[in-house]
Amino acid sequence: MSITTYIIISIIKSAALISILLTAVAYSVWLERKVSARIQNRWGPTRVGPFGLLQPLADGVKFIFKEDLTQPYVYKTLYIAAPIIAVVFAISSISVIPFGNALTIPAFSLGPLGTVGPITTPLQITDLNIGLLLILGITSMGVYGVALAGWSSNSKYSLLGGLRASAQMISYEISLGLSLVGVLILAGSFSLRDIVDSQRHMHWYIFLQPVAFFTYLISAYAETNRTPFDLPEAESELVAGYHTEYSAMKFAMFFMAEYANMVTVACLATLLFFGGWLGPVFGPPIVQMLLPVVWFCLKVFFFMFLYVWVRWTLPRFRYDQLMAFGWKVLLPIAIANLVVTALVVAWRA
Amino acid sequence: MLHLPLFLIFGAICVAGAINLLVQRHPINSALSLIVVMASLAVEYLLLGAEFLAAVQVIVYAGAIMVLFVFVIMLLNAGEEEHTQGSRVALLLGVPGIAIGGVLVAWTVLRHSNTEAVALGALPGPPKDVARLLFHDFLLPFEVTSVLILIAIMGAVVLASKPGAIVRDRRPEPAQEEKRELAAVGKER
Repeated sequence: MSITTYIIISIIKSAALISILLTAVAYSVWLERKVSARIQNRWGPTRVGPFGLLQPLADGVKFIFKEDLTQPYVYKTLYIAAPIIAVVFAISSISVIPFGNALTIPAFSLGPLGTVGPITTPLQITDLNIGLLLILGITSMGVYGVALAGWSSNSKYSLLGGLRASAQMISYEISLGLSLVGVLILAGSFSLRDIVDSQRHMHWYIFLQPVAFFTYLISAYAETNRTPFDLPEAESELVAGYHTEYSAMKFAMFFMAEYANMVTVACLATLLFFGGWLGPVFGPPIVQMLLPVVWFCLKVFFFMFLYVWVRWTLPRFRYDQLMAFGWKVLLPIAIANLVVTALVVAWRA
Repeated sequence: MLHLPLFLIFGAICVAGAINLLVQRHPINSALSLIVVMASLAVEYLLLGAEFLAAVQVIVYAGAIMVLFVFVIMLLNAGEEEHTQGSRVALLLGVPGIAIGGVLVAWTVLRHSNTEAVALGALPGPPKDVARLLFHDFLLPFEVTSVLILIAIMGAVVLASKPGAIVRDRRPEPAQEEKRELAAVGKER
């Protein structure tokens, strides 16, 4: 493949994936409102479009036309930079997530420009051999968006929210990382594609690493500031936490970042523990090519649904409970799981 | 092909961040400059082909240690730094010191400039190579370093805790019986 084709294909893939991600983000908000309404015996959005399906669009338009307030007491540069940091890091972690096997485009002609040969490209922006580490790095940088938003708003509720967010994210990042190491030992690679490939024949790591899976899920909920870990934006005590002073599109960016992080977490859970795009494949070639993507999307959808389900089922932790749970329960479990996995692998080798 | 220009650009960003770190008056701006320095260092590692090192640099330094820095600055709500007029001793000793240091570095670089430059991929890049270096070739230094860090942590705990602070200093709750007695004489707290 020539360098020009490579660059063009990369640009197309990036643009397509980012628009898919943003659409997914918009519709997870819709999903959340619908499911929460069902749980509380309400209807949820029904007015805009069938089943309220156009509600995210209406919300987006509303966000754009709202007045963008900037309070006089904020630290302006960081106040503006914070939502950008949050959303950029949240979106860029999609770059190494694979969502299917290779895609083959048969040769076609471009008229006078000549023919473009058959192109085979993996369904992923790029396959790095440190893919998982890159995602961990990006998510660990994402905390700056929240922390700086809290600080630069120069208001007590925001500051408390920002402080809580950074403390919580540091605490739970350790058990999150340790819970993934068990899977890495079994797979023997940091590349997400290799990790999925090592789960063929139903050797999904959820069966081999159930403890790691639940540790990962719990710490990931804490990392994305979702109930029962949404202390940084606990509305009953902190108004809205770190984004109290934000309005219009800046507020929407925090919202987008939160949901994009949820999508990333759901994708990672699917790839690491549920075999990614693996699943029964049958039918004509075109169906065979697309079925893995369908399986992947279904699994991710399940995790998104689980997020909403948990949020509207469990109450919020108290802050000391949150810290005690992270350091005294989750971390020892993650370490014990890691030690046992390492011992078993070493013994069988 | 693209590596050299990118390397130079990120090197310049790194140096600019380091200078900004010293010039800025507000601690949070300095901390953010330090993050820029570390992130651009990670990019330099990546360009040299040491991708594992780059990822660890971002996760550990930019993502964990600097978050703690920012956290502490936010928690203490540290204000702008106060500057003095500058001390004469620093001027008299510092400027020649910088000059001597610069000359030394330049001399070393020029003296050894005929040695092979670090080529792309010459650094141990893939995690497996790094692991072999750490846990096989340099196992003893690695383990000794971890013990050293452990000692440092213990030292920090000892220094931070006041004598007797580890013993629970909170007054114990009055026993059930005592409570009832207190309530009886109307002294319930």
